[in-house]
Amino acid sequence: MPDLLIELFSEEIPARMQPKARADLQKLITDGVVEAGLTYASAGAFSTPRRLTLTIEGLTANSPTLREERKGPRTDAPEKAIEGFLRSTGLTMDQLEARDDKKGQVYFAVIEKPGRPATEIVAEVLEKTIRNFPWPKSMRWGAGSLRWVRPLHSILAILSDEAGATVVPLDIDGITAGDTTRGHRFMAPDTIQVGGFESYTKQLKAAKVMLDPAEREAAIWHDAEQMAFAKGWEVVPDKGLLAEVAGLVEWPVTLMGEIDAQFLELPPEVLQTSMKEHQKFFSVKNPKTGRIEGFVTVANRETADHGATILAGNQKVLSARLSDAKFFWENDLRTVAAHGLEGMGAGLDAVTFHNKLGSQGDRIRRIEALAREIAPLVGASPDLAAEAARVAKSDLRSEMVYEFPELQGVMGRYYAQKAGLTDAVADACRDHYAPLGPSDDVPSEPVSVAVALADKIDTLTGFWAIDEKPTGSKDPFALRRAALGVIRLVRENDVRMGLERFIAPWFERELFATRSYPSGNGIVEKPQPLRLTQFLTKTGEGENEDGSYYEDFDIHWAQIDVTVADLLSFFHDRLKVHLRDAGIRHDVIDAVLAMPGSDDLTLVVKRAEALSETLKTDDGENLIQGFKRANNILTQAEEKDGVEYSFGADVKFAETEEEKALFAALDAAEAKIAPAMAAEDFAAAMSAMASLRAPIDAFFEAVQINAEAEVIRRNRLNLLSRIRQICLDVADLTKIEG
Amino acid sequence: MAKADAPKSFQEIILRLMSYWASKGCAVLQPYDMEVGAGTFHPATTLRALGDKPWAAAYVQPSRRPTDGRYGENPNRLQHYYQYQVLIKPSPPDLQELYLGSLRAIGIDTELHDIRFVEDDWESPTLGAWGLGWEVWCDGMEVSQFTYFQQVGGHDCKPVSGELTYGLERLAMYVLGIDHVMDMPYNDPSAPIALKYGDVFRQTEQEYSRWNFDIADTDMLLKHFEDAEAECERILASPETDDAGRKIIMAHPAYDQCIKASHLFNLLDARGVISVTERQAYIGRVRALAKKCADAFVQTEAGGAVESEAVA
Repeated sequence: MPDLLIELFSEEIPARMQPKARADLQKLITDGVVEAGLTYASAGAFSTPRRLTLTIEGLTANSPTLREERKGPRTDAPEKAIEGFLRSTGLTMDQLEARDDKKGQVYFAVIEKPGRPATEIVAEVLEKTIRNFPWPKSMRWGAGSLRWVRPLHSILAILSDEAGATVVPLDIDGITAGDTTRGHRFMAPDTIQVGGFESYTKQLKAAKVMLDPAEREAAIWHDAEQMAFAKGWEVVPDKGLLAEVAGLVEWPVTLMGEIDAQFLELPPEVLQTSMKEHQKFFSVKNPKTGRIEGFVTVANRETADHGATILAGNQKVLSARLSDAKFFWENDLRTVAAHGLEGMGAGLDAVTFHNKLGSQGDRIRRIEALAREIAPLVGASPDLAAEAARVAKSDLRSEMVYEFPELQGVMGRYYAQKAGLTDAVADACRDHYAPLGPSDDVPSEPVSVAVALADKIDTLTGFWAIDEKPTGSKDPFALRRAALGVIRLVRENDVRMGLERFIAPWFERELFATRSYPSGNGIVEKPQPLRLTQFLTKTGEGENEDGSYYEDFDIHWAQIDVTVADLLSFFHDRLKVHLRDAGIRHDVIDAVLAMPGSDDLTLVVKRAEALSETLKTDDGENLIQGFKRANNILTQAEEKDGVEYSFGADVKFAETEEEKALFAALDAAEAKIAPAMAAEDFAAAMSAMASLRAPIDAFFEAVQINAEAEVIRRNRLNLLSRIRQICLDVADLTKIEG
Repeated sequence: MAKADAPKSFQEIILRLMSYWASKGCAVLQPYDMEVGAGTFHPATTLRALGDKPWAAAYVQPSRRPTDGRYGENPNRLQHYYQYQVLIKPSPPDLQELYLGSLRAIGIDTELHDIRFVEDDWESPTLGAWGLGWEVWCDGMEVSQFTYFQQVGGHDCKPVSGELTYGLERLAMYVLGIDHVMDMPYNDPSAPIALKYGDVFRQTEQEYSRWNFDIADTDMLLKHFEDAEAECERILASPETDDAGRKIIMAHPAYDQCIKASHLFNLLDARGVISVTERQAYIGRVRALAKKCADAFVQTEAGGAVESEAVA
């Protein structure tokens, strides 16, 4: 059985596209040959910046011959029927076989599809693969119309076995498949003739090409660690960077250098970001000082001077980059020293946040007002929370963050420290963005929590107010992430706050607030509300005494209520997704959302957790059945009688022991549930509710609700109503499924 | 880099690039006589990348980026700098090798240095143009931009042009081992009157930085922007045939106005009078002009249009 080797040799393939391209090549070719009737033992795909390679071992040399028999009409069938059969099989009359069948002679068509050689099949599949390859971006070059990620120079495609290698016959727009490739662009540019995968990898290695990206990664990491170890340093691990760097070289040569002492005072995050983003360097830490003091770069070639020129060049480029960073850092520190951190952010009034939501300055003022109100609920000082909110986004105006946006917050913390602000405020500058991803840590310092909540609630309310909600997969303002952030912040810090209390006043403040709009160089104060048009109808306009212009508006409060409710239900949807991951069913959440205080997400979670636990018990599960039975009977009776049975069940009309026991059990449960609910001891309330299961079951077992005597019947219905009411005081069990 | 054949000055590097690309068959053109942001704006690139007529040109283009002005103090940033530009259509199969030859020509020994092609897709929203390619690194330093044009002015490039852009100051500083651009020898340091880059450009960097940032009359710039826009459209709306019955489509004069509008936008941007939201609108207006110019150019002979008379 032959082996197949394919190499597509091109100009430099972007590193980030290589992993998917390897997988795509393997899947498209193997699927294609299997579909054509071949089988294979194993396959593997590799890449370097200049080549995509696939090896398939144990490919069958031919696809099998396929024989198909089809039964046709009887030999004495009308001519038309026979003609139709010939047409559908593509045969002629003399190729049909007449065979005896139960009902006489019948025509049979025997169609034989001869097997095809693997070379032919591979040629077809490979051409189709190249012409339809799913590159994220592809291009044309020269005068041709073929598309590839970058110009495709040659195709190596051979089938090899003990007898030797056969080139797959293929020509794509003038590129003829052959059995040759080239080595390293600079170190071994000559043509190499290849006989099979094993010799291919060996020849490539001799020609300074390490084919397997995993091998290149391992080589880079091994050398980097060795070099660092020799100096008593440690390389800062970065898997993403390692994969990228391995995709940029065919022959990795790892070099380590020292960062010039004049840059060591820069924050480590700055060094790391600058080196990674601009230079694709690894950072190297000195564990004795805890600082980043070195870098590792990976070249693509060996040189006579053992990389001295390359390292010196890289060092020089790094120094130029870090000089920039140092320049930004020192300018920023000067600004902070002269104007404070708040002064650094002064220009934010001139930066548009969103054209309907005003400037970044407007946004910061909104966050400040919210943070001040939230502070007492999270154990933070309102003044500190407000101060933190005022300066938390000031670093957006720093030169460092302008250059490295990913350092927002991190720089704010440094600048806050330099400005002499308290640690709580400095930490809030960094941490108020958190949590960003689902695995991010949630801040726990009260001032950070207050500002983080205020920031997210303002964002959500603002975009709800201008009707820019997420739809389907579109969420350009990351509002789902913001809502999940609020949920995690309140839940993990056990914060008790009704969200509505903070959302509704937002509208009052904003619809009356004085706005500032960026306009050219200056800032124009406009004593007009934000144009939240769906909440306003203009009723008049005129001139103030000082000659300035004013407008009067009616505010549509009902529309605001609808928007607030809609935003709360968005929070609830996100909460369901969040709790589903924690194993709590959505119907359980629905049951507790029906209770008062559903805008207090911590309360909702506590209730849902307690109910979920209760439902897992035998009593809890059966109680639901008892509750539903009571509720159904009662609802039907109420509909039939046209009255509500909600009051006056009296034990003196109880006839059986079970009925009396239920009265007693309900009294006992009620006495426990009310105080437990008031104390938010939901576990106790639910267990008291679950304790009703046995008496309810016994009651239904022994007692006929629709008694002959109307007084008895009514009393029993009113008793059912007590079951319903006591249960509904704990959670809306009608929402529970099953 | 202290080798016998190493260039000694900024101008020697330019001269070597000129003779190298001339030896490879490029027409050596001169800079376009208008203010542009990059060598790509030269009609020898923007317009000549359109249509199917083969083309090969190389030239220096002075480029102006008002927002990059640093009063001549920053070691790397200038509001006026030089780009070296090569455009070959269709892109030859050995364009990468030709490019590497140009690095050797200016004294970069590829046996000692680490040359890398790192993904960098190019897009010009003002020209309605994009292409795929790389930034070329030499020992971690970006020394050139290498692009295969896919679209210009909204038109597919068929055939595809290969474009090379060298940032001359940065490249020369690297080759000459200079840390501050103003310290770079402009001519041979042993010349009777040796001039440094700073002797030529420090004062103009100061003057233009001040004018760009503080003095330029924004109302006037805005008016000039609108004038250029109107003139471009007026030129293109003129009838194809003149009074004497000659068919002359004025793609180039119209494109000059597009270049003007683009530079005026850059000046307005440097003056800080364009808000984030307005920015996109201005860029869109320039792009609309560039597209119309491209539409006009492909109707001309240089743009590959075949005259109906000639066919008959």
